[in-house]
Formats: sequence, structure tokens, C-alpha cells
Amino acid sequence: MNFNHTEERRMIGDALGSWLRNEYDLDARQRAMDEKAGFSHKAWRELGELGIIGALVSDTHGGFGGQGYDIALVFEELGRALSVEPWLASGLMASRILGECGDPGGLLSDVLSGETVVALAHGEPGSGYDPRWVETTATADGAGFRLNGSKAVALNADTATRLIVSARTSGAVDDAHGVTLFVVDAASPGVKVRGYATIDGLRAAEVELTDVSVEASALIGEKDGGLGAVENALAAATLAVCSESIGIMEVALEVTVEYLKTREQFGKPIGSFQALQHRMVDVATAIEQSRSLVIKAASVFEEEASTRDAALSAAKHYIGVAGRLVGEEAIQMHGGIGMAKATPINHYVKRLIMIDHLFGDTDYHLERYAALSR
Amino acid sequence: MDLSFTAQELEFRDEVRDYLRANLPRHLSEKNRKGLRLDKEDYEEWHDILRKKGWLAVSWPTEHGGPGWNVVQKYIFDVECGLANAPRVVPFGFNMLGPVLLKYGSEAQKNYYLPRILSGEDWWCQGYSEPGAGSDLAGLRTSAVRHDDHYVVNGQKTWTTLGQHANKIFCLVRTNPDVKKQEGISFMLLDMTDPGISVNPIVTIDGGAEINEVFIDNVEVPVADLVGEENKGWTYAKYLLTHERTGIANIGHATAQFESMKRIVNAQTRAGKPLLDDPYFAGRLAKLEIELEAMRITNLRMVAAAAETGAPGPESSILKVLGAKIRQEITDVARRAVGPYALPYIPEAFDLDFDDPVGPDDAAPIAASYFNFRKFSIFGGSDEIQKNIYAKMGLGL
Ligand SMILES: Cc1cc2nc3c(=O)[nH]c(=O)nc-3n(C[C@H](O)[C@H](O)[C@H](O)COP(=O)(O)OP(=O)(O)OC[C@H]3O[C@@H](n4cnc5c(N)ncnc54)[C@H](O)[C@@H]3O)c2cc1C
Repeated sequence: MNFNHTEERRMIGDALGSWLRNEYDLDARQRAMDEKAGFSHKAWRELGELGIIGALVSDTHGGFGGQGYDIALVFEELGRALSVEPWLASGLMASRILGECGDPGGLLSDVLSGETVVALAHGEPGSGYDPRWVETTATADGAGFRLNGSKAVALNADTATRLIVSARTSGAVDDAHGVTLFVVDAASPGVKVRGYATIDGLRAAEVELTDVSVEASALIGEKDGGLGAVENALAAATLAVCSESIGIMEVALEVTVEYLKTREQFGKPIGSFQALQHRMVDVATAIEQSRSLVIKAASVFEEEASTRDAALSAAKHYIGVAGRLVGEEAIQMHGGIGMAKATPINHYVKRLIMIDHLFGDTDYHLERYAALSR
Repeated sequence: MDLSFTAQELEFRDEVRDYLRANLPRHLSEKNRKGLRLDKEDYEEWHDILRKKGWLAVSWPTEHGGPGWNVVQKYIFDVECGLANAPRVVPFGFNMLGPVLLKYGSEAQKNYYLPRILSGEDWWCQGYSEPGAGSDLAGLRTSAVRHDDHYVVNGQKTWTTLGQHANKIFCLVRTNPDVKKQEGISFMLLDMTDPGISVNPIVTIDGGAEINEVFIDNVEVPVADLVGEENKGWTYAKYLLTHERTGIANIGHATAQFESMKRIVNAQTRAGKPLLDDPYFAGRLAKLEIELEAMRITNLRMVAAAAETGAPGPESSILKVLGAKIRQEITDVARRAVGPYALPYIPEAFDLDFDDPVGPDDAAPIAASYFNFRKFSIFGGSDEIQKNIYAKMGLGL
């Protein structure tokens, strides 16, 4: 048994960790959020140069990592720093889809270097967390296609120069077959992008597609066969946010324990009250359990989809519950100061809780786990 | 046993209902129903309306302009206001300072301050907590030193709710540092227009602006603005904590909030199916409804007991915890209901006339409310402190 990462991975993790510690405190994060893009292009490029984005994609697809353990390691560090850069949208999902589908437009190297931001526009207002639900249509139009539909809460779609859009070329609205992926220039006529901040510090957008003409060359992967690549990307993203949660929860634990040791009421540290001690032990236990499930999910990430997805659902379900416990307890034990935006802990808690709203919430994954393990 | 109100009480309830239907402005109830933020004018508008009816200072006796209601009537009024999504009456003057002055204030204080509270001329805030004194309130350090006919007050208060609107602050201050800490505290009335007082906003986790820090720098307070006796402030503060606690669970507001949440849930479909077809989600909703109903009856039992004995017992601590919990849980279920649409944070969406929403109706403030509502288990005596009280007073541990 050996629960340590390989030497090579540790080097990536250390490089990322020390960069974040040196360059990316919460003030730097706030400055990044205040930029028009909602993140720091400079940080993004620097991390690209360091090879961190490339570590999220396998060598057969143009990167030099991309295994479950790579994703887990990188995102745990990112969680500790609450990085708001387009990791999920561009660094992970778009890059992995481009890698898997072949990259006819030659975008991938610029995505991995941090030069170009590409976003995935897949989820829709009516889809909830079901990846198969695609109402957006692509109809043949001469040699190309015409896209119509709405995409919901697409991360970083407001800054991306290109969008990977899923659209139905055949089948019923919830068929696995019949979904096709297109690379769409965000500036194309008929593409309306409404960007906004999210409450946890990221950016996302609603994307309206009205008779958007794309050429045949915009199609990536197989016609009608694009859902698999999306599901693979969502699996990677699910592992990523679970790992990110681990990083966040660890910080929440450290900060709160420190607060319990230093904050005094009734002439003693509040951490001396057993009512709080036992609950903090519950928090620490929930984090350990979460970490175990993330390790498990990372370890089977390269196996067949049903094995991979069951482990991911186990982790994501559990972390939905654990994240809430950890987040709510962190605020509660801080008392009034936990309610203040100027207190670091609140940024961690917001991100931690909102992760439950990405890629399937705790109920969705419990149901999926039950279905997969039947 | 009879769980229903008497015919007389029902008549009163209907009167309150009719009144609210006719007089509660829609833009105010809409703001509450949607979970939007209220500004100073909103509160003042509602205060003005209630004042005309004589229902503003509900815990005051008639000679001072209150309605002279009994415990059950006050409870019914609270609940109906909540159910109708009325703004809450800002409690600091009407429900906190008012009762203290009525019981412990001098005639001069009553004559001067009570009418000004009622008229809205004075907007009070509560200056108890300090950076170093929250749960251990008696550890407060803001000092008041007597010089002839006045005190000189120095220190800092914090988490002061709506202090940005207030022109007055009632404070607990230390007048004797040399005795047991509860025995050296006095209750004083300070004028916030004094140049020695400055107020800094504290932005909350959800981006809201409801709390403040208040710095008090060499502020002279006339001895006439000491309430009751010097060094007896702890007694008065404790009186407040046991006073008027039957409404502490905010059952009316919780119920209205539950209904709003249910409307949102009912409107959601996911991948073509109504959200409520999902047994997991339906279960979450049902559990909350069961807890709410239990809480309503627990509260009624407490009101009935208080109507007999005159004062609520330590059960009010349980109600405070339950009320906080249910309101937090409702926002938790609401955020789940809108799925990914809990994420967008669009500041303009907190305005009633914002007409360009993202996602389902009423989704915009939901996540912000979820985070904001963490406060319910912290302020007014945290959950932990309430449980400590009940363990001691209720269970004798
Ligand atoms: C939104 C908001 C509005 C507020 N408005 C006002 C206002 O208008 N006026 C005012 O004076 N105050 C106000 N407060 C302050 C509020 O009353 C305090 O925050 C509260 O009393 C807790 O004190 P604290 O923040 O110092 O936390 P602390 O007392 O430091 O508590 C930190 C944690 O330790 C726990 N703890 C403390 N002692 C014990 C113990 N013995 N056993 C177990 N656990 C313990 C607490 O429960 C909490 O979880 C407000 C607070 C908030 C959040």
C-alpha cells in the first residue's frame, strides 16, 4: 500500500503550490476577480507556462498528464488558493474535449499554454444536472449547420473566444445518441452571451444561439456521437471539484481550529468548550472520509465509465454533504466575524457550498450511485 | 385539549388579516416574498402605516400608544405579519429599548424617549456586542467614566444591525471595572450624531449592508441618559432577553418563507420532469414541512403556557434554535431547487424593479439568502449559548 503521489506528480503539485502561495493570496484573487474577465490573464499564462494546464490532459491528447491523480493533485492545490482562473471551463473540460475529439482547429496548444480561453456550453436551462438533455439543435444548412438554442450557466463563456457547443443533430431530447459538438466563434452573428459573476467568485454566462451558421469544419468528433466526450469531460470536472473541495475543506478546518485556539470568551479559548470540540472532530472526520472517496475516484478514473462514474458519484454525493457540514460549522464557530465578507473563511465557504451546484448535486449523485451500483 | 384559538382570538386574527390585506403595500410584501433587501424608506413606510393604526409598538401599554394586547394577540399579530410577508418592525426601539424604559426608565426618560420612538424621530440600534465580547457579553470593555453630571464613554461596539440608519444607540458600558463583571455594567443612551461616534459598514458574506461597527470616542453622555441605576445594566439586559420571547421563532415569517420556497420548487422541472417527482427532493420538502408543523405547535404550547404564567420559560431558547434552523433549512432547500441557477450573483437582481433575470423566477437572491441566513444561529445569543441556557435552566444540568 502506498498513498503517496509519484515523484513527478509531487513536483507539479509543489510547483503549483509554491506559485500560489507566493503569487496568489486572497487580495490577488480579489484583484483577479475585479478584472473584466473575472480572472487574471497574467496568472493564467504563467500557470500555463509552468505546465500546470498541460498536466490536466494526457500525453496522447497533447498534454502530459491528465490522469485522475493529476487532476486530483492540481485541483486540491487550486482549492487551497481559491483560484478563480478558468481551470474547469478551459483548462480541463475544453482541453480534454479538444484532445479527445481531435483538434481540427489547432486550438489545444494555445489552450494549454493559457493563451486562449475556450469554454464548454453544454448545460441548458431545462437540463438540470442531466448531461443527456440537449434541446439546442443543429440543422444541416448547405455544407454547414445552423445552431439554435440556449445554454445555461456556462463557466467562463463570457471571456472565451471560442465555445464548444453541444447540439442535437438527431434523436429525442434526452437520447444519448444524436448530440454533436461544434466549435463556435463567440463573436459569430447570432451568438448572444450574457456574462455574470457567480456568488463563489467565478464567472459564467447564459448563451443564446439564434440561427448561428457554422461550417462543417466546426464539427468536432463524430456527428451524433459527441455526448461521450462531454460525459468524459464532466467526469474529469466532477473529480476536479471534489478535489478542489478537499483543498478548501482543509483550509476551512485549519483556519477554524486556529480560531478556536485563539478566540477567547468566558476567559478561555472557545476551543476549550467540548460542545465545539466534538463538532470539530466531526468536521475533521468528514474531511478524512471525503479525501478517501476522492482518492478512490481518482484511482479508478481510467477504468470503464460505469466504474469511474460510480466512484465519482460516491465522492460527489458525500462531499455535497460534508462540504455543507464543514462550511456551516466554520461560519458558526467563527460567530459574528464569520458573517463578514472581510473574513477569509467566508470565501472558502461560499465556494465549497456552491460546488454542490456544479456537475450534479448531492441528491443527483446519490441517485446515480444507486442506479450504477444496482 | 383544543389546539384552536378561541372565537374571540379568531376574530382578532381575521381583523389583522383584513387589515394587512388592505394596508400592506405590495412592493413591500413582494420584496419580502422574493427575499430582496429592504432599505430605510421601506421600514419607515411600514412603520408609518402601522403607527396610524396604533399597531406599531405592540408590546407597549395603551397609555404610551401601544394597543394593549395580551400574549396571544401579540403572537397572532406576529404570525399574521409574517404570513403576509410584511417587513418586520425594526425591533430596537419598539421591542427592546421601549420595554426597558417602561420597566426601568425614569419618568423623564419615558416622557421624552417613548414618543420619539413611536413617531420615528429616533431610530435606535443595539450596542451590546464588542469585538471581544459576544457570547460572553458581560466581558464588554466600552467604558463610561463619571464626571459631575455626565459620563465620558470610550470603546467600540460591533455587528450593530442597521446602525447606519440610526441616530441613537443604547449601549451596555462598563462603569465599574473592579467588581464581578456582571456587576459593573450600566445601560446608557447615546446620541449617534455626536461627533465622537463613527459608524463603519461591515459588508456581510452575501454582499449585504446590514451590520456596522460603531466607534465611540470621548462621547459625553448626560447622567440623565443612564437608564435605571448605575451598575445594574446587566439586570436590564437580561430582562430584555426574557421579554417578548414568544415570537422568537418567527413562525409566521418561517411559514411564509416555506410557502415561497414551495412555489419555487413547484415551478422547477429538470430534464422534462417536475422536480417534485424526484422522491429525494420531495422528501426534503416533506421533512421541512413536518418540522415546521411541530414547531408551530410547540410555539403555540409555549404561548398558552406564557398566557397562564405571564412569562415564557427557558423553552424560548429552544424556540430560538428551532426558528433559526428551520429558516436556514428552507434556504438550503431553495438553493437546491434552482440547481445551477443558484450560482449567478447579479447585484441589480436585489432591486424589485429589476426585469432581466437569469434563470427561474425568484432564483436570484436564493444563494445570497442561504449565506445570509447563517446569521440566525449566531445573533441574539448563538445556538450554542441557547443550548447552554437550556441545559442549565431547562434541564438543571
Ligand atoms: C447579522 C448579525 C447581526 C447582529 N446584530 C447585533 C446588534 O444589532 N447588536 C449587537 O449588540 N450585537 C449584534 N450581533 C452580534 C451577536 O450578538 C454576536 O455575534 C453573538 O453574540 C456571538 O458573539 P461573537 O460574534 O463574538 O462570537 P463568539 O462569542 O466569539 O462565538 C464564537 C463561537 O463560539 C461559540 N461559543 C462561545 N461561547 C461558547 C460556550 N460557552 N460554549 C459553546 N460554544 C460557545 C459561539 O456559539 C460561536 O459559535 C449581530 C450579529 C450578527 C451576525
